[in-house]
Formats: sequence, C-alpha cells, structure tokens
Amino acid sequence: MRYAMVIDTLKCVGCSDCVVACQTENDVPIGFCRDWITETVNGSYPNLNLELKSERCNHCDNAPCVRCCPTGASHSVAGGIVLVTADECIGCGACIESCPYDARYQHPDGYVDKCTFCHHRLEKGQLPACVSVCPTKCMYFGDLDNPNSEVSQLLKNRKHKTLAPEAGTNPHVFYLI
Amino acid sequence: MTTSRRKFIKISALGLGAVAASTTAINMFGSNSYIDELVKQNISKKFKRTATYCEVCFWKCAAWTYTNEDGEIKKIIGNENDPHCYGRLCPRGTGGVGMYNDEDRLKTPLIRTTVNGEETFREASWDEALDLIASKFKGIKETYGAESIALIKHGAPGSHLEHLFKAYGSDTIAEPAYAQCRGPRETGFNLTFGSWVGSPEPTDIRDTKCLVLIGSHIGENMHNSQVQEMSDAIDNGATIITVDPRLSTAASKSKYWLAIKPATDIALMLSWMNVLIEEGIYDAAYINKYATGFDELKKHVSQFTPEWAYGITTIKPEVIRETARAMAHAAPSVIIHPGRHVVWYGDDSQRARAMAILNALLGSWGRRGGFYFKEAAKVPNFPAPAYPEPKWGWKEIGEKYPLAQMGITTEVIKCALPDKENKFPIKALMVAGTNITKSIPNKKLLEDAMDALDFMVVIDTMPMDVTGYADVVLPECTYLERYDEIRSATNREPSIAIRVPAVEPKYDSKPAWWMAKQIGERLGLGDYFNYDDFKEVIEWQLKEMGTSLEEMEKIGVKNYPRKSGSMYLNEEETYHFPTDNGKIHLYSQELKDLGFDPLPNYTKHPEPPQGFYRLNYGRAPMHTFSRTVNNPNLNDLKKENDLWVNPKVARIIGLKTGQEVWLKNQDEIISTFSIKVRVTERVRWDSVYMVHGFGHQNKKLSRANGKGINDTELITKVFTDPIMGGTGMRGNFVAILTENPHKNTEI
Repeated sequence: MRYAMVIDTLKCVGCSDCVVACQTENDVPIGFCRDWITETVNGSYPNLNLELKSERCNHCDNAPCVRCCPTGASHSVAGGIVLVTADECIGCGACIESCPYDARYQHPDGYVDKCTFCHHRLEKGQLPACVSVCPTKCMYFGDLDNPNSEVSQLLKNRKHKTLAPEAGTNPHVFYLI
Repeated sequence: MTTSRRKFIKISALGLGAVAASTTAINMFGSNSYIDELVKQNISKKFKRTATYCEVCFWKCAAWTYTNEDGEIKKIIGNENDPHCYGRLCPRGTGGVGMYNDEDRLKTPLIRTTVNGEETFREASWDEALDLIASKFKGIKETYGAESIALIKHGAPGSHLEHLFKAYGSDTIAEPAYAQCRGPRETGFNLTFGSWVGSPEPTDIRDTKCLVLIGSHIGENMHNSQVQEMSDAIDNGATIITVDPRLSTAASKSKYWLAIKPATDIALMLSWMNVLIEEGIYDAAYINKYATGFDELKKHVSQFTPEWAYGITTIKPEVIRETARAMAHAAPSVIIHPGRHVVWYGDDSQRARAMAILNALLGSWGRRGGFYFKEAAKVPNFPAPAYPEPKWGWKEIGEKYPLAQMGITTEVIKCALPDKENKFPIKALMVAGTNITKSIPNKKLLEDAMDALDFMVVIDTMPMDVTGYADVVLPECTYLERYDEIRSATNREPSIAIRVPAVEPKYDSKPAWWMAKQIGERLGLGDYFNYDDFKEVIEWQLKEMGTSLEEMEKIGVKNYPRKSGSMYLNEEETYHFPTDNGKIHLYSQELKDLGFDPLPNYTKHPEPPQGFYRLNYGRAPMHTFSRTVNNPNLNDLKKENDLWVNPKVARIIGLKTGQEVWLKNQDEIISTFSIKVRVTERVRWDSVYMVHGFGHQNKKLSRANGKGINDTELITKVFTDPIMGGTGMRGNFVAILTENPHKNTEI
C-alpha cells in the first residue's frame, strides 16, 4: 500500500474549494491552511501559459520533516502517510524549516499541523475531503502499489511532474501536465 | 456641505455594541491526544445531516448540512443526486458555513433615528419595525396607490416578498439579475429560437466536441455543473475556443485563445458566419428544415470577411477561418455559449443574436453536445386568493424598451426621482437580498433616488452597503436556518430540492417568508398567508407532487422522468420552435418592425483616451459578487481585489506588483479606496482588470470594509441597450493614480 495523489493541472481552475473543504473537514483555524493554490504564468501576451495547481504535504518517502524531528512527533504510518502526533510535538519548527514544500504551519494550539491525506476519512473508505469536493474532478487518490489503480494508470499514461525533485524527497503528490 | 436626509450611516449603530463572539477554533482531534486514537474518535463521531440547497449564489446546488452532537454546523457537502452539483459544491457552497458563523451578521431589526444631529440606527423589536413598515406602506397606498411601492430583489428572500407585493397590488418589481446581468441574452435568444436560455443554461457541455466561450469565464464564475462539465469536456478531448481580451482561466484551458480587442466581438462573429456560409460548412439540412431568413443572412454577412474582421478585432484571418472550421467539424456538438453577465456595450441583445445565429448555423440548438431541451417540474401554487390587478408596474415603467421581459432596475429607480412629468412615482422601496449599490451602475443616480424616497426597507443577512441607506433594516437568517420555496429549475430531467433548517436562526434574525407574512397580516392580507410555518406550504406542494416532506428530508433531491419528450431533436419528426411561425428566426422581422437591425451589425465603440485604460471586471471563484467578501471562510481565500496591469503599462507608469494605487474614471469619479497593483501578462495593454464586489464602505463589515476597489462606483457611463434596457458597463475608462487623492479628506 502506497497512497498517492495525482492532480491534473489541465483541469484545475484554481477555485480553492480544496482549501475550504480541508478547513471545514479538519477544523483548520481561519487564517491557516493545509492546502493552497499556486498560479504560474509564463510567456508574454498573447503567447501565454497559465498553470494552476493545488499544493499540500507531499507525504514523501524520504521526508526531511521526519528526519529532523527531535521528538519523533513527525512520523510515517502505513501507506506512506506522514503525520504529526500533536501531543509529542514541542512546536520547535524544525520540520517547517526543513520542508521544501512549505507544507507545515504552527497551529495556534502550539503544535505543527499539516495535511494528513484525510487519514480519518481513508479509515472509513472515503476519499480525502479535497479530492471528494473538487468541482473539476482534477484530483485523484489511490494506491500506487496497485498497478491497476486510477493513480497508477494516470501516471503510466500521462505526462507528469513532481515538485522540487532536486530535494530528493521522493514526493507522493504528482501533477499531470 | 449639503446634508442629505438619507446620508449613508457610517458610524457604528447605537446600541449595537459589538458582541465579541468567542470563536476559538475547535480542534476536532482534541489538542492532546495521539492521532490514531483521534482517528478512531473521529470515525465514531455522529453527524446529523439536513437537506438544503445553497444560497451563496444563484446556482442553488442541493447539499447536506452536517451538524455535530452539540448542534453546531460543521460542514456542508453536495448532494450526489443533484444535477446542479453532482455531489460537489464549489468553494462558496463549501464555505457557506461562514455565512452562518459570520459575527458581523445583522442581529436585530434597526430603525433610522437622529441623535444629536447625527443619523444612526437604533435597535428595534420586530413588532415595532414591522408595524412601522405596515403603516408607511398603508400611507403610501392611500396617497399614491400600492404601485408606488417598489421591490428590488434577488434570490430566495425575493420570492417571498414578491408574493407580498403582488398581494398588496404592486407589480413594481425588478432585479439586477436582468438589466445588469443576463437580460440581453434572453432577449437575443428568444428572438431567434423563441425561448429564453434560462438558468441553469441548457448547454450540453459534458457531451460537446467544441465549446466556444465569448467573454464567459467558466472556472472563474463557479457555475457549478458547467464547471464540472467543462472539465469532463477537457477529459473527452473537446476543443475549447475562448474569445477574451484577458487570459482567463478558461482561456488557459483552450486550444484557441483569441485575444480579441475589447468591444469587437460582433465583428468576429459576423466573420465566423461569413466563413461558415461562404465555405458551405454550415448545417444546411438543419437550416432548411428549421430556419427562416437564411438568404437575408447570407447576403448580409457576405461583406464581413475574416480580412475585414482582422482590422477590427486584431484576430488573424487564418485563425478566424481555422476556428470556424473547428466549430463546423464538431457540429452539431458545438456550443457558442450565451454567457451570463452580458451587459457590456449597449448592443448586447444584438451580440446575443449573433451568438444565437451562429448556434443555428451550426445546428446545435436541440442537439446532443449543443443545447438540450430543458424541462422543469411544475410546483403547484399554494392556495391563495388571486392577486389584484395593478394599474401600472415594471412593464409600464420600462415601456420605452419594447422587448424588456422583466423589470429594469435602473428605470424603476429613476421613477423615484422628483419629476412632475413622471406618471409612475415611486415613494417607497424595499430591497431584499441584493446589495444594489454594488450591482447597479451610476451611483449618483441611485443615491439621488434613494434620497428622494419617503421610505426604504432593506432585508439582508449582512450589513451590506445598501443597508446604510435604509429607514428600516430587517435581519434575515441564513439559508441554513430556514425553510424556503421548493427549488425547481430547468435541467435535462426535472429536478426538485428542498431547504430545511439545520439549526435555529442565530441572534434575532428571521426568515423572509416570516417577514412577508407578518407585514402581510398587518396590511390585511392574511388570506394570502394561510399558514403558520412555511413548512406547511412545501408539505402541501410536495404531497401534490407525489412525494412528501418526510421523503424529501431523507433524499434532499428528487429527479422526475421527462414529460416533454426527447432532450434532443428527433430527426424523423418535425419540431415546432416556440416562435410565431415555429421556425428559428435568423432574420428578425420583429426587430425590423420595431425599428432595430433585423440582423446584427458591428458598431464601433469608444476607445480609451490617452492615459486611460478600459475598466474590465469579472469574477473570482471563491466569491459571489459583493455578498461573500466578509464571509470568514471565503475572505480567508481572497480578502481584496487587485488591479491587473500589463507589464508594458506598468513600465510606462512605473508600477510594481503590490503597489497601492487609486483610480479616476472619465467622469472624474475617484475610487473611495485604493487597490494593489498586480503586474501580469494576462491582461492587455489597453485595459485593466479587477474582480467585482470589493471595496465595501460599511464599517460593520469588519473584514471587507475598505479592502479593494468597488468597480461599480467607477461605472458612471452606461450604454443602455435600446431593445431591452440592459445597462452596458464595459465602456468606462480609468486613469491610475499613484498619489492618495483623499490625503486631506475623510472617507
């Protein structure tokens, strides 16, 4: 079992529904977010290329946040999901600094928080909140170890990229381009 | 300085001491537990779900409101059986919970009063506020007639008040959704196909092979099912052609982005018609069978070659030909999308006609992947006496616009101005669910009219700018706290949805149906409100429709089989279009008889003078007009608008991204607030762009106040559509000011 998220940038309209759905599903306080939208424009008028995409924790195999955590609060669980145990987190912020995706934030309650791939929903057989709400259906979620899963098939058949590959983190959020 | 009786109330209302809501963030996981333990807890968490349909925009997606064991609203999730959302709400629907939680909501009825020479509001009881409204309405009816009481409305509250007004004898009713939005396209398509486009638009996007968007920003407007279907169309490999001077989100998804010179769309469309006809690639069989006026059209467009259009639109002739061929290749599974906010340059009904004619030439109306024949379920009227016949109403007020099919807000407003010649004096105004100071252009006219009124009532959930002009403000509860009318909209299959309160109304807010009934009873109209709770009305209606409230509470949405026949034209049978002769009108005799162009023509529109830029405006996906800017969840996503400026312009003026600027329009109107520059290649050098709905003036909106510019206040030049009265708003030009023009004045 290796969970991964695949996001089709050709369909994403950058509406931020994933951001609100995550906030209401996970009680992320107003002013903070576990996922966000980026916009990249290349070229000059009228020969332009616009890329919109939803970003979040990449649930890396080689996760710098897990390596640098002094208390073991940041850890990986089955399926490759990286989690933070709030009770063990001392809020030192080393993980925030180490993350090449800027995916973590300091929760007002003192611990570091980030995307969990909606671990609690997966347990119920549901998709992460962001994936289930997306109006463009540009987000896919599944098991990369299963070659027949939708995510495996998409990565097999479509051109894609990951973010900050130079960081060597082996991220598990993929972008179809 | 002149003191106006209806001076906008800027100071804090007396007696409305801000109640600091203790909204500490609730941590669903608890703050001191191990995540795995918490996951288990969370799984066992019991939510109750209540059926609703969304009111954050007009798309009305059906949804489930989830409340926890403490009765708190936690989230809102789309209803999977709903053709408006297919189980996926847009960010505004998902963030609808913020509309309920917003601590700046109107909390109690307010009445205008004067204290120490300063106008302000004081808190009032419902009885006092409703009695005052009833006595004012009675007085105006006695002196001038009920017709002199006007209603400007939008959305669900509007329908309850419309019933009240009609029962009282006033049909003086209008909404910005017509003359400030989609009116021209309804007129243009009606003249051609005998049928309105309507909402949701019957565009068969999911099965289309070619989608043509002309200034329509699907993806920035989150018209939910259309956004979803456009995504399906991308998956299916459909060709998207976007005509827009700005690289919209949709343009970035398109195979062809035609970066057109603003205000020249009709020229492009005429040249597309020219190519389709000259190259013989239009749907001749469809035209022969269903249309009249082809010979006149052919003759008319023969002069409008792509080379002719190139000089006007800046779109290269080969691109015009290639895109016309792409449409013809996909036909009839092609959609020239009618758009929605189409009041641009005053020739908007004619532009809509051009779109309709193109659809006819491509044979797409009534074809799979084009436009389907829509159908709605009939909701029976709850028994009530017939409405009295008013002596005049919206129709008479708008009579100089012969094809207006709904009330024209601007004409209704003009009738409030003191004028002895005016046959239709308006003395009182009720505004429900619409922030007209941000939707109706020409603020001076609007303020003069509101100032001349004897009495004005505003009904809203939030202290929007317009509430500052009211004599009485009534706080409406949000859609999550009330019953409302059954939603029945046109779709592929008839579909209904219900709205049931998930929680009790917060503060001292009330549903609009209750306000209408209370006012009605005070006006002696009790027979029109023969129920204690609006729930009884929908219970009765649902029973008549073969279901029940009990069933609907469980399913939220019910889809019925079609009764009107196939969704698409049956090629074996003859279809009669709902026009006078059963045919599509390429050439419009009706327009000709009224003295208008029977076939669309390109008219040159004014261009910005030196130092000025065309003010273009649009939508952001997380906001609905001005109404959501203060919503805590949605404000978190976008707090203010920014001014898109092309890098060439930025270099000339010396602007940097993030720099604060002010705008001055061609009539010397200066923006109240500043806006931050965003230097981007996505906008042309002759235009600037901003998202509509920002720049709130009411200080009671703690998050939205003073953030960004209100585009509407800079729209003082209006190009009125002579056919239906739409207010063209895209012909205003602005200069960019880098120094604060309000340095020495208080805003």
